Amino acid sequence: MVSGLFIGMVMALQGYTILVDYGAEGSLGPMVALSLLRELGPVVTALLFAGRAGSALTAEIGLMKATEQLSSLEMMAVDPLRRIIAPRFWAGIIAMPMLAVIFSAIGILGGHLVGVDWLGVDAGSYWSIMQSTVEWNQDVVNGIIKSLVFALVVTWIAIFKGYDSIPTSEGISKATTETVVFSSLAVLGLDFVLTALMFGIE
Amino acid sequence: MDNLVEIDNLTFSRAERVIYDGISLKIPKGKITAVMGPSGIGKTTLLKLIGAQLLPDSGDVKFDGTSLVGMGRSELYKTRRRMSMLFQSGALFTEMSVFDNVAFPLREHTRLSEDVIATIVALKLQAVGLRGAASLMPNELSGGMARRAALARAIALDPDLIMFDEPFAGQDPISMGVLVKLIRALNDALGLTSVVVTHDVTEVLTIADYIYILADKRIIGEGTAEQIKHSDSPLVQQFLQGNADGPVPFHFPATSLESSLFGDSQ
Repeated sequence: MVSGLFIGMVMALQGYTILVDYGAEGSLGPMVALSLLRELGPVVTALLFAGRAGSALTAEIGLMKATEQLSSLEMMAVDPLRRIIAPRFWAGIIAMPMLAVIFSAIGILGGHLVGVDWLGVDAGSYWSIMQSTVEWNQDVVNGIIKSLVFALVVTWIAIFKGYDSIPTSEGISKATTETVVFSSLAVLGLDFVLTALMFGIE
Repeated sequence: MDNLVEIDNLTFSRAERVIYDGISLKIPKGKITAVMGPSGIGKTTLLKLIGAQLLPDSGDVKFDGTSLVGMGRSELYKTRRRMSMLFQSGALFTEMSVFDNVAFPLREHTRLSEDVIATIVALKLQAVGLRGAASLMPNELSGGMARRAALARAIALDPDLIMFDEPFAGQDPISMGVLVKLIRALNDALGLTSVVVTHDVTEVLTIADYIYILADKRIIGEGTAEQIKHSDSPLVQQFLQGNADGPVPFHFPATSLESSLFGDSQ
């Protein structure tokens, strides 16, 4: 994803200017990788997901409610929760961690692009120090757990807001806005809590 | 006479507003029953009460002898398969073609093979005159066609009861005539029981076997089309004639014009 690439590039640039003062530009690789895997990957993906998919989910379900499609499902003796809500919920849960992983991977490549290809950090140290620093359980799995939690929260908020919206144009636009606002806040707040639990006091 | 739906002394309110205050009505099997009333009276609410999407505050709704109030979820869903509702907007699933819309209830509730489903759908669409439009998407249909497609979907499972929510609202005279004819023809051909909720007086008087008129939280008149036309209730007559002023006042309740213009002359 494009945003992942840019974030990785920006981080490499910023990180390099700081690290080079201490002659530590070899640590650029782990710095980019750790911040992406632990923080930026899950968080930025969740924020983008809330803006793109969350708002779309809310609007879609709200519209289905406004055009009586949900009611008509109920009258056809089909449970809208099972037929409309559940598949979208699982889709969100499955998609977001995958997106977060892709985001981080592209971000690391973006960091390589700027750090190694442009600023001249040694490619070997970029990769090898990254490999020796990043731990599977501590960093990668925790990042995935984070994005799973964010997926749960964002999708839940989006679906609930849509299902609970007042079925008018104003109601739907309000619900869509609230989805983005609430889920962004929830993601940022939860990120602090999760970070404290995972990486805080050892 | 056999009644498919019986509503007994039903009271329903939404938030603080009382919508129905102790109404009772019966919907006889095999007939077209019309429920008329001014806009905003909660006619759609009545249909949702019959479909048990809403539950009454007190009173009872019976479908074919069994009470829907307090019915368990799975039993209710089983009962709903025998009912069908045509929504005002048609409520077609926007991401499916007309064919898939009509096939949807069949695929959900039966284990018929795709061949059989295709045949049934073709027959239902033929009945509403839209077999040629099977592959169109709902946004390519005109308002009248969308409602006919929704009607085909509503009869896909051969229900006992079909409820029409404002089937004539916003239709041009031709599609109005088509819908009137369809409702009558389908009711008689399929042995359906129909409930039509509407405020289009002339159309309803031509097709309904029995008519209820709702106003002011109550039933203000009932009878066959003839009886209704000759009703001596001023309220019923105002509704039929469409008079601007009468028992239903033209003015929303307010202080008198003089006092609001010139202030209170104390």
